[in-house]
Amino acid sequence: MSASDIADIGTAAPAVDVGEEARLRAKRRDRIISVASPLGLLLAWELAAQASLIDVRFFPAPSSIIGTLIDMAKAGELVENVAITLRRIALGFMLGGVPAIGIGIAMGLWRPIRALVDPLIAATYPIPKSSLMPLILLICGLGEMSKIVMVAIGVFYPMAINATAGVLQINQIYLDVGKSYRASRWDTFRTIALPGALPFIMTGVKLGAGLALILIAVAEMVGAKSGIGYMIWSAWETFAVKKMYVGLLVVAVIGFVISLVLNEVERVVIRWKADA
Amino acid sequence: MESRRVSAEPAIALPRRPVKIRIRHLVKRFRSLTAIEDVSLDIEEGTFFAIVGPSGCGKTTLLRILGGLDEVTSGEVEIADPAPGRPKYSMVFQGDSIFPWMTVRENAAYGLKMRKAPTAVIDRAVARYLDRTGLTRFSHLYPHQLSGGMRQRVSIARAFANDPEVLLMDEPFSALDEQNRTILQQELLRIWEVDKKTVVFITHSVDEAVTLADKIMVMTASPGRAKTVIDVSLERPRNVLELRNDPRYGKIVYGIWGHLKDEVERARH
Repeated sequence: MSASDIADIGTAAPAVDVGEEARLRAKRRDRIISVASPLGLLLAWELAAQASLIDVRFFPAPSSIIGTLIDMAKAGELVENVAITLRRIALGFMLGGVPAIGIGIAMGLWRPIRALVDPLIAATYPIPKSSLMPLILLICGLGEMSKIVMVAIGVFYPMAINATAGVLQINQIYLDVGKSYRASRWDTFRTIALPGALPFIMTGVKLGAGLALILIAVAEMVGAKSGIGYMIWSAWETFAVKKMYVGLLVVAVIGFVISLVLNEVERVVIRWKADA
Repeated sequence: MESRRVSAEPAIALPRRPVKIRIRHLVKRFRSLTAIEDVSLDIEEGTFFAIVGPSGCGKTTLLRILGGLDEVTSGEVEIADPAPGRPKYSMVFQGDSIFPWMTVRENAAYGLKMRKAPTAVIDRAVARYLDRTGLTRFSHLYPHQLSGGMRQRVSIARAFANDPEVLLMDEPFSALDEQNRTILQQELLRIWEVDKKTVVFITHSVDEAVTLADKIMVMTASPGRAKTVIDVSLERPRNVLELRNDPRYGKIVYGIWGHLKDEVERARH
């Protein structure tokens, strides 16, 4: 029971209104602070750069970074690199995510498959995925495939592990219902295991998205001639610091937008959940 | 509902109906624990058959064996082959068993979909049973938007819509409050009256068994044996409330308690 519930019972109506108003005011204040804090930091940065309190070779003024961003956007290279990176992430997600869901759910449903695959996942999971880049480059070459595979490997683990956990937490009664209504293996997978595990799978997707962004940046720095990661790296090589910051800003925005989109997807696919 | 009809015609010896479920020397052991010890039983077609017994007497296990969810240790369990195109049985489970990720309608259609029934057949059957369970208005809601009583109605609609020849019901109302339970008992009777499928109904409530069933098997405490089978000669259709005012009802309930009380006592030790 929250404080306001107690107020509801214990005190007269006006007091409740005051409490409610105070709570709304506090909420509004918190929101203003949340918006103001990054803006404040940017402002301080800008002023410090203008006043030469910080070294603008390393910390160029935000206004000049925005200027560079606009120039790069106009030249088309920014949009092109962003598009390339997004395409790699999307394809990597499909290449890694679809088998991850299939294998993860199969592991949750059928013991022998779990016995077969679990040790393989447990053994390879601790390897830092970025350290596989040289091997992937060796196998897949410098083309698009190496970047896509990098992302795929990154998203595979959290999605597979979460899909398995998602199936294992499904109440046994639902599987009994399936059995009793003679659901085939495929129908059990499709109508019970997959939807039942979806909340967990979505968590895996979100974790995977974070990893995908890290890995694609690394992969593009090491083994690519395009994409945001490459852009950041080549900016370093040519000491184009503002370009580098633009790259960082764009990566941050991509990550933010992806998480917004995934939250929305989650809301739609698990709308049957009481607390969704 | 109209008052209970008093049966005026003399009791006519009905020809015996064919046996729908045949159980012979059923034994079920879980490791060293014997859950069911040598139960033999015939259930005739169209009978509403209830099984009561103290908790842990293996009545749910018996139903799960009938429903193919558990295997026998020894003995035979046989449900007569259904008419072509119809399933042998559908099960109504104890507690929440409808899929939270499906709407009321999708849940009710589940059995038919698994049987790959034609869409027109599914639509017709689902509409009929959603109507009979009073769920039509809620067909597009998800289970979390429904009360416990409504969710159990969905479970019943799902089982009936599948059009089985036998209904297996495992304490379907035990999680409900008394008012909801009474309402759902009446609804179940009303739906059942239409085509009088064979029902095997597990319950721990003697009142519920007498209210609903034609025959009641009392099981002994662990290991579960068939202690006795009692005929409930109350005419149909029954009114759940009026029944309680019927002296014969009280007598039957009292009689069953006579069989049961030793078992309940034994189960406590």
